[in-house]
Amino acid sequence: MTLENRMSLVARSRPLFLSLAALATVACGGGGGETVQLTGAGATFPNPVYSRWFDAYYRATGHQINYQSVGSGAGIKQYTEGTVDFGATDGPMNAEELAAVNNQVLHIPTVLGAVALTWNVPGVDSLNLDGNAIADIFLGRITRWNDPRLAALNPGVALPDRDLLVVHRSDGSGTSFIFTDFLGKISPTWRDSVGVGKAVNWPTGIGGKGNEGVTQQVKQVEGTLGYVELIYAEENHLPVAAVQNAMGEFVKPTLASVTAAAAGVDLPADTDFRVSITNPQGTGAYPIASFTWLLIRPDMADAAKARALRDFLTWMVGDEAQAIAAELKYAPLPAPVVTLVNARIAALTANGAAIE
Amino acid sequence: MAQPADPAATPAPPGQAQSRSLAGGSLGDVVFKWILILSALAIPLLLGGLLYELVKGSLPAIEAFGLGFLTSSVWDPVAERFGAWPLIFGTLLTSFIALLLAVPLSLGVAIYLTEFAPGPIRRPVAMVIELLAAIPSVVYGLWGIFVLIPFLTSTVYPWLQGTLGFLPIFQGPIYGPSVLSASLILTIMVMPYIMSVSREVLLAVPEGQREAALALGATRWEAVTSAIVPYAKSGIIGAVILGLGRALGETMAVTMLIGNSHEISASLFAPGYSMAAAIANEFSEAASTLHYASLTYVALALFGVTVLVNAGARLLIWRVGRRGGSA
Repeated sequence: MTLENRMSLVARSRPLFLSLAALATVACGGGGGETVQLTGAGATFPNPVYSRWFDAYYRATGHQINYQSVGSGAGIKQYTEGTVDFGATDGPMNAEELAAVNNQVLHIPTVLGAVALTWNVPGVDSLNLDGNAIADIFLGRITRWNDPRLAALNPGVALPDRDLLVVHRSDGSGTSFIFTDFLGKISPTWRDSVGVGKAVNWPTGIGGKGNEGVTQQVKQVEGTLGYVELIYAEENHLPVAAVQNAMGEFVKPTLASVTAAAAGVDLPADTDFRVSITNPQGTGAYPIASFTWLLIRPDMADAAKARALRDFLTWMVGDEAQAIAAELKYAPLPAPVVTLVNARIAALTANGAAIE
Repeated sequence: MAQPADPAATPAPPGQAQSRSLAGGSLGDVVFKWILILSALAIPLLLGGLLYELVKGSLPAIEAFGLGFLTSSVWDPVAERFGAWPLIFGTLLTSFIALLLAVPLSLGVAIYLTEFAPGPIRRPVAMVIELLAAIPSVVYGLWGIFVLIPFLTSTVYPWLQGTLGFLPIFQGPIYGPSVLSASLILTIMVMPYIMSVSREVLLAVPEGQREAALALGATRWEAVTSAIVPYAKSGIIGAVILGLGRALGETMAVTMLIGNSHEISASLFAPGYSMAAAIANEFSEAASTLHYASLTYVALALFGVTVLVNAGARLLIWRVGRRGGSA
């Protein structure tokens, strides 16, 4: 792409991308300005915002990023096999997976996701839940809507005398990981009998495939309670429960309360970002939230690709890209995390040498 | 039509032409023969390759759990302990219920269409049945979620629970997605197969068979039960096996309606699972190597169940055919 082309592109694109284009112009100026193609694969949950970002980046710089939204597990797999330039996942890689790539991976947080509890009971428009009640519901110990413990949490709400039917995910999922991670922190019984994972041995309930499968089951069957990514609940106008956080407050999932959850976590300077932010300290924090990550090679073989990816990451954690995320209902990263990510991006290398 | 033996059509001396055809040595013949041999070999080769891959893929699970995998009921990806019994049970149960309901209904339709229906409606109804067989299973699944389940949960299931609720199989909360819902969608899906094949088989019964029974003073019903259906028995069993094959392997519609729970419950209103549905659900996001291997082991078990069922069916057809012949 010639400089004239790029300048006219900049002139045509929305002002939002101006500084990105300027950044890319400067960055490419040193390296001859050839455009590269990057491929990535992984998580489905952040796919909408990734698509918008990659499109904006392509229009501003000419660097093409192809992203396959195949699921977190498949993303980790493809990253490990080296068939993609970067991966993406909703659940951090575990020790076994890290060993498979000799720890040659950086988890770069991109946005935040939250898991919302939603239900379908006519006449019940709001619901307060605490971690132990949620754990007991999903353990099959609370089986009626008018259970005294639910009634105690919801004074003034007329809970009907009917079966409480649990809906969970039937496929492995980052959403399930975040949800079980929260329950494992709250309830020792949950931690010991069910455990934490992308797929677990659900003691009760019916399984739906994907967020849309769970959403469908909840919408269709009265008396159900399930968990979905916040975005699905919002898009489908489902009611979401307020969940008690570590400070004792009942908080509904919103962009602000999810970002607050990440802000409540104190990350050390040398963090690998593989941290759980469920049940954090901090007022106003929604307790069932998580980062979603890109998996980046700390040292890439191709200098041009490394530069393009580095520039993208820098722009991604900046104000413009994070504003796009908020527009699409993804909670943006809190400022301290952005600072840490920027420090990490600056340390990326290509063939052992710093990226120009 | 030009005859090969016509001397006018073959300018070469008759002797040469004869020796060529006797030796069968024409290049075209040889090439064609080998193409056919290779095509025929490709099938067992493909099957062998499939089996090899399945066994290889499931080796870690075979080493970890052995044959106990088939009878164990635990499916815990966190603790990495896996057992396929609920899946095998769910597959067999849903297929069994589906056949239990579909076979009499389909046979009734087939007999009606070949023996009793007035001429003008036979063709259209047969065409509609064949159309039903061509509908993709995901469409059946969606129809099941949006139409069948709401209908069942609002009418049929409460009625069943009210009248037959003393039976354990009709107790417990009504979810909608359940073993019974999956069985019913399977019933609807396998009926077109059984209907259209048994209709063809009944049509193939010689007219003499019919006329002989009627000439002996049989009523039309007696002719059907004593002369026509027994004559077509092995073909009808073949039709049922075709339906069973579809029921065992059906994935999409079952996944959407069975509720996907690894727990075995006495109640048909409770969710269950099937082998094909578990693979479809969990394979793309399996949590660990052993989880992958276990799902491959499930696929191997499904392969085994299908082979067993087919072998049993062949045996049945063979025995029925022999008895029919000696009678």
